[in-house]
Amino acid sequence: MTMATNILKRNRTRPGLNAGAKKKYSVSRTSRTFYWMVVPALILFLILHTLPTLTGMFFSLTNYAGYGEWDFVGLKNYANLFKDDRILSSYGFTFLFAVTTTIVVNVGALFIAILLNAKIKFQTAFRGIFFIPNILSVLIVGYVFNYLLSNNLPLVGQWLGIDWLSTSILANPDLAWLGIVGVTAWQSIAFSVIIYLAGLQTVPGELYEAASLDGASAWKQFWSITFPLIAGFFTINMVLALKGLLQAFDQIVALTNGGPGTSTESVAMVIYRGGFQGGEYGYQMANSVVYLVVIVVLSLLQMRVLQRKEVDI
Amino acid sequence: MSAPTINPSPKDPTQPGTPGGLGTQHRERRRSSVNIPLTALVAVLSLTILVPLYFTVVTALKSPDQLGGTGFELPTSIHVENFSKAWELTNFPHALLISGIVTVGAVVLTLITNSLVAYAIARNMHRPFFKALYYFFIAALFVPFPIIMLPVTKEMAVLHLDNPVGLFLLYTVYGLSFNVFVYTAFIKSIPPELEEAAIMDGASVWTTFRKVIFPILTPMNATVGILTCMWAWNDFLLPLVILSDPNTRTLPLVQYVFQGQFNTDYTTAFASYLMALAPLLLVYLFAQRWVISGVMRGSIK
Repeated sequence: MTMATNILKRNRTRPGLNAGAKKKYSVSRTSRTFYWMVVPALILFLILHTLPTLTGMFFSLTNYAGYGEWDFVGLKNYANLFKDDRILSSYGFTFLFAVTTTIVVNVGALFIAILLNAKIKFQTAFRGIFFIPNILSVLIVGYVFNYLLSNNLPLVGQWLGIDWLSTSILANPDLAWLGIVGVTAWQSIAFSVIIYLAGLQTVPGELYEAASLDGASAWKQFWSITFPLIAGFFTINMVLALKGLLQAFDQIVALTNGGPGTSTESVAMVIYRGGFQGGEYGYQMANSVVYLVVIVVLSLLQMRVLQRKEVDI
Repeated sequence: MSAPTINPSPKDPTQPGTPGGLGTQHRERRRSSVNIPLTALVAVLSLTILVPLYFTVVTALKSPDQLGGTGFELPTSIHVENFSKAWELTNFPHALLISGIVTVGAVVLTLITNSLVAYAIARNMHRPFFKALYYFFIAALFVPFPIIMLPVTKEMAVLHLDNPVGLFLLYTVYGLSFNVFVYTAFIKSIPPELEEAAIMDGASVWTTFRKVIFPILTPMNATVGILTCMWAWNDFLLPLVILSDPNTRTLPLVQYVFQGQFNTDYTTAFASYLMALAPLLLVYLFAQRWVISGVMRGSIK
């Protein structure tokens, strides 16, 4: 911001550009146009993104309820977070959910992508089908599966004589998270499949021919050729999936609404409920800041660890 | 779709414009034989997607007393009145209009502004200001939405932007981080000579962007357009916190309210879900191949 204004000022103090000087100053004239291209966007970004982020950080140090008076309380909100069972259990659930789903999504997507990349019939049509879940609204998909899991799956369970499947798993505090993992994976696999397919097409076919001549099994070929070469795409998928899933909200609202009890409340949900409905604005902002730090640290850590395994062609 | 440090390899063969991408792959495949067992396996796996969709359609066509059983039976008589009931209860045309305005607004504004910003950044990366700007935008990719959620809601209310216009403005601004990243990588692969030629002919930077760069960006525009469209159409949390007037509810929001009020009326609920899913699903059926290749292109960068 200050940089931008400095540059604009410098340009303004320059002698006026008369017709003769135009050619001579063409470079600086060009660059001024470029500033005009970015400065409005930058200002909007600062107002609508950076300012709210900083405001949030500021209010995390107050006891603001979202309305009325407020006082500075220092780091008290942060200290309280670590003593709050509801907050701790929401982090527990969010990690459990995000890590499990990330693994399920990536293993599943890699498997499907390899199948879709093989020599199969109707390849384009199948690719089209597997991408459908990605274009559907998370909320509505959640509602549909909510009905399936509460009404149809128990029937299947009764028919098979499996006890834990005979009642709705969404109503079971110990199993509800599995339902959310399943539905989220059903939807998220689609996008990862596309990324893996893109990755698989960068692997030169000759490598497989050579490996086949050497008598390498399909499994061996996957581990020694395919996987190392698409490791970059694996990193992208893992980081994107984990980051996205840590922010889960819609699917939980639609499937369990945080229940039974508070067993499936995600961090995003606690922030929304406490901040908008519970008068805990300042407190939930402290929660958000911790959440920000957690997501950034996890993403960077993940990238470092996974990138070591990458190979370039 | 990736963060800045991921996969820096510039010689990626699937990059747009270089040989060895989708096209060659298809040509190679045509020559070789088809694997039937694998095809069967894929067909079985695709049922996991098709069965829930079938179930949704079938349920929406049933009357409440046909609901029992496993739910997979075909309806004995078709009940189209579920749709008319859902149409009225959710005020469907109105919600559709609002969702349409938000989505079209977000896509158009995103395409025009985000590509422009990326162009200025990509061509001036040697200047510290633009380089700093680039990393500033990219860093925002890691800021989770919940931290902005509460403050931005207040801010939008103060600015009188707690309406569909404010909503698509937010999609445009929040998409900037990722889109600048994608566009910049693509613009760097465009030879600057093209623009120099235009400038020599007396075109201004604006004209050069409009007449030379923007058309070259078409494949990237498609990717960014598709992703923005899906995001704005399906998003639930942002409209939930931003929109204050119940008359400006988008389709996902209408479903949310609807679910709370009539959660026992499953057949009507399913008809309403189907109506909310249908527009994008129809578009997708027609533009399928294009959508997938577009998203693939976006994912590689």
